[in-house]
Amino acid sequence: MQIKVNDKTWTVAGAPETPLLYVLSNELQLQGPRFGCGLAQCGSCSVLVDGVEKRSCVTPVSAVEGKTVTTLEGLPMWYAMTKRLARAPEMHPVQQAMLDEQAPQCGYCYNGMIVKAAELLSKNARPDERQIRTAMNGHLCRCGTYPSIIRAVQRASELMATEARR
Amino acid sequence: MKRRDFVKTGGALVIGFSLRDVLAAQTAPARGSVAGPPDARQIDTWLAIHADNTATVYVGFAELGQGTSTALLQIAADELDLDMRQVKSVRLDTHVTPNQGGTYSSASIARGGPQVRTAAAEARLALLGMASKRLDTPIDQLRISKGVVTAGSTKRVTYGELIGDRRFDLPFTGSAPVKKPSDYAIVGMPIKRLDLAAKIKGTHTYMQHVRVPGMLHGRIVRPRGQRAYGVGAKIVSIDESPIRGIPGVRVLRRGDFLGVVAENEWDAVRAARQLKVVWESTSALPGSDKVYERMRATTTPEEIVVQRGDIAAAFPKAAHVVSQVAHAPYQAHAPFGPNCAVADVKAGTALVMCSTQDVYATRRTLAGLLKLAEKDVRVQYYEGSGTYGHSCYDDAAQAAAFLSQDAGRPVRVQFMRADEHGWDNYGPAHVGEVRAAADANGTIVAYEYHGWQHGWSGTEASAQLAGSPVGEFIAAPAMGVQGVNRLTCGGQYQIPNLKLVNHKLPVTEYLKAGWLRSPLDLSFAFASEQAIDQLAAVLKIDPYEFRRRNIADERWRGVLDAAAKAANWAPSTRLQPGVRGGRVVTGRGIGLGTHLQSWGGAVADVEVNRDTGEVAIKRLFGAMDAGLVVNPAIVESQMRGQLVQTASRMLHEEVKFDTTGVTTVDWVSYPILRFEACPAVTAVVVQQINERSLGAGEEVMAAAAAAIANAFFDATGVRMETFPFTKPRVLAALAARRG
Repeated sequence: MQIKVNDKTWTVAGAPETPLLYVLSNELQLQGPRFGCGLAQCGSCSVLVDGVEKRSCVTPVSAVEGKTVTTLEGLPMWYAMTKRLARAPEMHPVQQAMLDEQAPQCGYCYNGMIVKAAELLSKNARPDERQIRTAMNGHLCRCGTYPSIIRAVQRASELMATEARR
Repeated sequence: MKRRDFVKTGGALVIGFSLRDVLAAQTAPARGSVAGPPDARQIDTWLAIHADNTATVYVGFAELGQGTSTALLQIAADELDLDMRQVKSVRLDTHVTPNQGGTYSSASIARGGPQVRTAAAEARLALLGMASKRLDTPIDQLRISKGVVTAGSTKRVTYGELIGDRRFDLPFTGSAPVKKPSDYAIVGMPIKRLDLAAKIKGTHTYMQHVRVPGMLHGRIVRPRGQRAYGVGAKIVSIDESPIRGIPGVRVLRRGDFLGVVAENEWDAVRAARQLKVVWESTSALPGSDKVYERMRATTTPEEIVVQRGDIAAAFPKAAHVVSQVAHAPYQAHAPFGPNCAVADVKAGTALVMCSTQDVYATRRTLAGLLKLAEKDVRVQYYEGSGTYGHSCYDDAAQAAAFLSQDAGRPVRVQFMRADEHGWDNYGPAHVGEVRAAADANGTIVAYEYHGWQHGWSGTEASAQLAGSPVGEFIAAPAMGVQGVNRLTCGGQYQIPNLKLVNHKLPVTEYLKAGWLRSPLDLSFAFASEQAIDQLAAVLKIDPYEFRRRNIADERWRGVLDAAAKAANWAPSTRLQPGVRGGRVVTGRGIGLGTHLQSWGGAVADVEVNRDTGEVAIKRLFGAMDAGLVVNPAIVESQMRGQLVQTASRMLHEEVKFDTTGVTTVDWVSYPILRFEACPAVTAVVVQQINERSLGAGEEVMAAAAAAIANAFFDATGVRMETFPFTKPRVLAALAARRG
C-alpha cells in the first residue's frame, strides 16, 4: 500500500486495518504524532488528512490511501503550499507562536495542539477567544497550559495576518 | 568507549547500545563505562570543560517538563561565567550522572541548585589557578567573561585552552566561595527554556519514541482497572485460540504477570486485546461510594504530628467554635502519554530505558526483581509526558524487563490508556475533621485536625502480579508527607493551642497509592481553610482581613497580600453569603497553603448554577514565595499549570471503583478540565533574591483548592464536604441546605 505523508510517497507493509499512528511511528519513524489514548479521546496523535484534523490512533492506514497526510513535521511545508510561499518557513506560525509564548511544559500534547490550531487558522484566520476554546476543546493538556495555548493561537493569528500584508 | 549509542537512521533516533561494548572498554575507564553512581566527591563527576570552551554539567535531576534542565544550567553558567549557549547537560544515566536523589518534592532547585553551584564555583577557582600560572598574573587581577580569562588588555586564555576535555582530578570540597546574589547575571532571569523548540518541532525524543535494534513490541494483559492492593488479580485460565492467527505473537507469563510480544506493534496491541483471560473474582474493596465510611470506621493508632498548648482547655473557653468535615477522593496522575519502557535483559546484564523520576531507585528495584547485581543494571532516563509524581513509570520498566528476560530479546512496552489510568499509584483518599476556635476579638485560639489516610504502596503491579510480596513505601524524610501537613493544617496562623493527629490506615485492601503532585495538600487545605473561613464568617470579619490578623509570619503575609492584590480584593460587604436570588450566583474566596516548603496564597472567582449544579471557575490568582526564583518565567508557567490542574482536581477528578476494581480507565470515565471551562489564571512570583531557593513545582495548589471551596461558599452559603464538585454532588449539597 502507498500513502502520501508530508509530500512524500511511502510504501507501507502493515495490515490495512493498522491504525495510521503505528505506521507513522514505526515505519516512517516520525516523532510528531504521539500515542496518548488509542481511543480518539485526547488528540495526542492528530494529523491533517487533506487539511482536516484526524486522530491517527483510530484511523486505519487504508483510509488515507490516495489522500494527503500532513504531520507536525510537515506543517511548515503545508503552510507554504497553502499560502503559496516560495519556501517553507522553519516553523508554521502556530509553532513559532507556541515557542514565543514558551507555552509547553512537558510538550507531549503539543503535536495535537499545533495541528488543531493550524487547521483552525486555515479555516478562520481571526478566531476570537471563544472560537479558539471551542475548536480546541477536544484536545487535552494534563499540564494545564490551556491559557498559554489560547494566547499562542491568538499570536499566531496576528503573525499570519502580518505576513499576509507583506 | 565508541560513540555507538546514538545511531541516526531514517530520521528517527535509534539507540544501538551494547553493554558488552561498555564492559570491554573498561581498560580505559571513560565516563559512562562503569556503573555509577560516580564519586560525588570529585569535581569531574559534576562537570567537564571541553576544548571548544563549552561545559557539560552532569545533573542528577530529571526534566519532567518543569524546566529544571534550563534552570540548573542557569546556575552553572552563572557561577562558571559562561553564557547559556556554552552549557549543556546530559541524559540521566546510572553510568553517567551523579545520584542527587529523585526528582520529587520540588527538590531540583532547592537541593540540586546549591550542589551544582558549589561544584561550578570550585571548578571556576581551579580554572583561575591554572590561568594565573599560564598568564603569570595573580588571581585577583584576572577577569572572566564567557569562559575567556584575561589579564590586562593583552593576555588571554580560554577555559578550553586550559583544560579542554581533560579531567580536573580534584576533590570536591565545597569550600570555594560562591557568588553573592547581587552578582548573579543569569540566575533570576527569565531565560527561555532550552528544550521547547525540539518539542514544538517534533524532533524531541520522548521515551515513547525510543526503538532499539532487534526489539519486540510488548503489551501487558491485566483486568481493566486494578484490584485491591495486596489482593491482586489471579489468572484462572488463558485461551490463546483467538490470537492464533496473529503472526509471531508470544504469550509470556510469570505467575499472574501476563504479557504478549510481537515483531509488529499493532499485532501486540490486538493480541493483548483479543487474548481471552479469566480472572478470579474478588470483592475486597469498599467501592468509591463507601470508602470514606470504611476509612473513618477503621481503628488506627493515633500519631500526634504536632501538639502545643492545651486544646482541651482552650476550646470550651472560646467564643466561637466551628468544625469542618472533608472527604477527598483518590485522584490519578494520568500522564497524557501512558508510560513506556524499553528493556534489554541478557544473561547477567540489563539496560532499561524509562521515564523514572529516580534512576538509582529504579535500578535497585529492577536488580532485585531480575536477580542481577545493581552494578550490572543500567537505567537511562527518557522524558515521557508530564508525570506529576509516581505514575506507572516503574511498573512499565518492570514489565519491559520481565518480558525481555523471558523473550530473550529487547522489548518495548507501551502502556495503553486503561493500563495507566487503571493501574496508577493514585493520590490516596482522605478524610479530614477540623475544629477551630476564635475569641470574640477575632483571634484564633485553638485548632485540631484529624486526618485519615493510608500511605504509599511499595510494590509495583508487575512485581506484585509476578509474585513479590506487597509492602508499604517507606519514604525518606525528604520525600514528602504521607500524613497531616503541619504547614497547611493551621501552620499559616499563630495558634497557641493546636493538635494535629494522623490516623494511619493499612495500605492493603485499598487502591495502590503514591505521591501525586502536592500529596494530600489539596485535601488538607480544603478541610482546614474552610474551617478558618467559617471563623471569619461567624465573626463577620472579611476572610482576607481575618487571615491577616492571625498570620503566622511575614512570608505567609507576603503571599496572602500578593494574591489579594493581584485579585484586587475588596473587603466583603456581603456578610451573609449565598443569600441572593438568581439562577447563577457568583462568589470569591481566598486561601493559604503549601506542600513541604515555600508559601502559597490564592484567590478564586466562581460561578454556580443553582439549577444544574454546574460550577465554573472563572478566575484564579496565585502567589508563591519560593525564596530566590532562578527563572521567574518558568515558575510562573509552573504556577499557571498548578492553578489549572487544581481547578481540574476540584471540579472533575475522582477515581471510581466498585468492590472488585477501578472503573475509571480513560478520559471519558475520568474527565479532566478542558479548554472551554479553563479559568483565566494569574501567577505572581514573590521574588526573594536573598533567600534560599525552595520548591516551586507544587506549592500553590493547596491554596487554590482552599480558595475554590471558599468561593463556592461565598456564592451559595453552603460548605462543601466532598470534592470534586460534580453537578449531582453540588445539587445534593444545595438541596440539603434548603432542607
